[in-house]
Amino acid sequence: MKSRVAYFGVFTALALIFSYIETLIPVNFGIYGVKLGLANLIIVVALYKLGPQEAFLLSVVRVVLSGFLFGNYFSILYSLAGGILSLSAMSLLKKSGGFSVMGVSIAGGVFHNIGQLIVAILVVETLSVVYYVPVLLAAGLLAGLVIGIAANEMLKRLKGLKL
Amino acid sequence: MKIGLKKKDWILILIILCVAGLTVLIHTYIGGSGANKVVVKVDGVIQGTYSLSEDGKIRINDGTNVLEISNGKADMIEADCPDQLCVNQRAVSRNHENIICLPNKVVVEVESSEESEYDAVTN
Repeated sequence: MKSRVAYFGVFTALALIFSYIETLIPVNFGIYGVKLGLANLIIVVALYKLGPQEAFLLSVVRVVLSGFLFGNYFSILYSLAGGILSLSAMSLLKKSGGFSVMGVSIAGGVFHNIGQLIVAILVVETLSVVYYVPVLLAAGLLAGLVIGIAANEMLKRLKGLKL
Repeated sequence: MKIGLKKKDWILILIILCVAGLTVLIHTYIGGSGANKVVVKVDGVIQGTYSLSEDGKIRINDGTNVLEISNGKADMIEADCPDQLCVNQRAVSRNHENIICLPNKVVVEVESSEESEYDAVTN
C-alpha cells in the first residue's frame, strides 16, 4: 500500500516532466491544438498499472500542476475537459475488453480532442470550429497510435512491476 | 515491426476515419467556394465584416488583436496573449476556415456572401 502512494508520486512527476518536454518541442503544425500529448503516455501506463481511479486522479493533478507551471487558466480548462473525456473513453474501452493498448490509446487521443473542441464551442460560442473535426479526429488517431505503441512497449518492460 | 493491433482496434480506427471522412464530405457540400469576406466576432458578437479582396489591417477589440488581409487571405499578425497560437496559425481564405484567439474571445471566420442562412445555424 505504501509503495502505491510512492508510485503515484513517481507517475505524477513523470507526467509533469513529459508535459514540460512537450513545451520544449517547437512543433507547430499550423493548426490550433494539434500536438502529440506526451503526458498521455504516462496516463495510459498508469491506467494499466494503477487502475482507472488512480489514472483519473493522476490526470487531474497533472493538468492542474502543468497548467500552473507552463500554461494559463485557459489551458487548464481545455486540458481538463480533454483529459476527463479521454480517460473516461479509455477506461470504458479497457473494461469492455478486446482492445489492445493501442486501441485504448487511440480512443484516448480522439476523445481528448473532442473534449477540447466542446470547450472551444462553449467558450467562443460558435459552431464553426466544427470545421476542425476531421483534422482533430485524424490528429487524435495518429497521436493516440504513437502514444499507444510507446505505452505498449513500456508496459512490456514493466511487467515485473506489481502494484 | 509487429505492432499487435487487434480486430477491435481496427474497427475503432475505421469508425474514426469514417466519421472524419463524413465530416469532410458534409463540409464540402455545405461549404464550397465563393468565400469572399471575413467576419470578426468578439465574445460571440459580430464586430464587423470585411471583404477579402481589399487589403488592409484591422484592429480588433481596441488593439488586443490585429488582423491583416492581403492577397485574398486573412492572417492574425498580432495578439497580446502569451501563447500566440492564433498568430502562429496560417492565414485563412477558404469558406468556414477560422482563426480563434481564445484568451481574447476573438473569432475570425471566412464566409461567402451567398449563404446567409448558415448564420442562423451557427448562432
